[in-house]
Amino acid sequence: MTNIIYMDNNATTRVAPEVVDVMMPYFSEQYGNPSSMHNFGGKVMSAVSEARDKIAALLGADADEIVFTSCGTESDSTALLSALKSNPDKRHIVTTRVEHPAIKNLAENLRSLTGHKYRVTQLSVASDGTLDLDEYEKALDDETAIVSIMWANNETGVIFPIEKMCKMAKDRDILFHTDAVQAVGKIPINLKEIPIDFLSLSGHKLHAPKGIGVLYVRRGTPFAPFMIGGHQEHGRRGGTENVASIVGLGKACELAAAHMAEENDQVRKLRDKLEKNLLESVPNAILNGHKNDRLPNTSNISFEYVEGESILLHMDAFGICASSGSACTSGSLEPSHVLRAMGVPFTAAHGSIRFSLSIYNTEEEVDFVIEKIPAIIENLRAMSPFWQDREK
Amino acid sequence: MWEYTDKVKEHFMNPLNVGEIENAEGTGDVGSLACGDALKLTLKIVDDIIVDAQFKTFGCASAIASSSALTEMVKGLPVDEAAKITNEDIAQFLGGLPKEKMHCSVMGREALEAAIANYKGVPLRVAEGDVVCECFGVTDLEVKRAIQESNLHTVEEVTNFTKAGGGCGKCHDRLQELIDEVQKDSTAKIIPMKGPKRMTTLQKIKMIEEVLEREIRPVLKKDGGDIELVDVDGDYVLVSLRGACGSCAKSQTTLKEYVEKKLREQVIDTLIVEEDK
Repeated sequence: MTNIIYMDNNATTRVAPEVVDVMMPYFSEQYGNPSSMHNFGGKVMSAVSEARDKIAALLGADADEIVFTSCGTESDSTALLSALKSNPDKRHIVTTRVEHPAIKNLAENLRSLTGHKYRVTQLSVASDGTLDLDEYEKALDDETAIVSIMWANNETGVIFPIEKMCKMAKDRDILFHTDAVQAVGKIPINLKEIPIDFLSLSGHKLHAPKGIGVLYVRRGTPFAPFMIGGHQEHGRRGGTENVASIVGLGKACELAAAHMAEENDQVRKLRDKLEKNLLESVPNAILNGHKNDRLPNTSNISFEYVEGESILLHMDAFGICASSGSACTSGSLEPSHVLRAMGVPFTAAHGSIRFSLSIYNTEEEVDFVIEKIPAIIENLRAMSPFWQDREK
Repeated sequence: MWEYTDKVKEHFMNPLNVGEIENAEGTGDVGSLACGDALKLTLKIVDDIIVDAQFKTFGCASAIASSSALTEMVKGLPVDEAAKITNEDIAQFLGGLPKEKMHCSVMGREALEAAIANYKGVPLRVAEGDVVCECFGVTDLEVKRAIQESNLHTVEEVTNFTKAGGGCGKCHDRLQELIDEVQKDSTAKIIPMKGPKRMTTLQKIKMIEEVLEREIRPVLKKDGGDIELVDVDGDYVLVSLRGACGSCAKSQTTLKEYVEKKLREQVIDTLIVEEDK
């Protein structure tokens, strides 16, 4: 088997070995139910509480504002549906055209499946993937129940001005949710300073396992549960706790909080080297997304006149893992909704490749990718009927 | 990740006949950048025989593999023989394509048709008709033809084969009408022919062997079993279960629930699998 060079960390991340270590006892000897009255279960409850504290610390939140869920999507659904339930008279949702499907499809479904009972405003983005605050200001009205805007975009890494946007919503007493799945652990977040009502995060994007998520709910924000059942999470989310994963997420948040600055520096350097070299060595290569307002680990590059799936499969032959916004990789027939919202032309959208790095990447790996990609693109272009004719 | 056959991977990683024949007798140019795939096929034709074929393709792995396969299939064929190649033949040559990727084989057939029409100096049939899907510029004639040739029954299948309906989705109702229209006509015609597909026994045996080899045998072997094709008589497929399967109490379930189901899915949906005892 070829060595794996994993540059697809916005899809999912490697579980940190330290995280695996702290999880192990909860698969074996520490199997008690945190809700039990006996001390055996009580010890497990303590572990859950400890994890909750660590997660709260990373976000600048209080422990009682943390609700464990199964994933980012569940957190998103819970937040949006809760806001609509607690504001029965308000039937307007403001979001963006570039949200993750967990929000985008939910909002669109709320509109169509309720026979247009809900109005949805999807803010557009500029060609560099950034939002227009004037358009946002105009979209907010007295009927708006909730604003849901991602903190950072998963495809381009573009970071939105959440602090400003949250304040604008709160000035009008509108609930504010952010899907921060790509931001948590990568950039500093302090909810003491930003009056966000709901924030979603997902464990597997920050070196914790899959199947664990968190919804932050600000104390005082009206809340209606999505999963209805037992008294777990103070009745805000029924279901026996996913203890091992909760403990793992706690550890992952602790690691992220302790090393964020230095790690960001290291990852950013590698990302910049990769990006600079690819843009220089491959003709007709274009960066998608704002160059500076961006996560330090993400680089989305379009290689014009070639198709993304073909690039990915040739990269795969060298063990290099990344993603593409091309139509063929998604199972749908249209390229990424994010790139289309940015107005990226079809010549470039179909050939977009997203590299997303992590602390586990090395300079040798980056050098290897820089060495391999140009020839892959050249070979595919030699085969492309559009490459030769591009001047015409 | 798509599940591509080894043959698709081979033709994608090392495609054959890449290039463009100068002063080609027949040129077929189909697809577009906007659609995400495009194929330019050039044919060298001497005395109505295709002596060389080359391609240039923009597209995913299955588009490149379908193009490579197509050029291999037509080389050496008389033009009129080549004209009979269908998208199903191209997919079959590659050991099958994921259903979402069938439109890649359709693109191959369209390029071939365009190249032959260009050689003969006649206009293209599929270029006519009314555009049904505006996102991908697919006409009703193209859709109807795909429904007929590949015996499609749902809008999703039509999208997989022609791309029509894969964008905004506005044309889904119209696509359903076309399916109803074609299928109503064809059931009347096809019933006396027994089965929706015309296939010679030889073709049928070949396809059954391929499915057995590619999908069924590896699964049975995991449990220490094996399967042999004994005979094909009409829709009756006679097989013999070997190894652990031969003595397994569940072998009848395996035969009906798994082997027969797979073969019906991939070859003809009227097949009946029996054990040769």
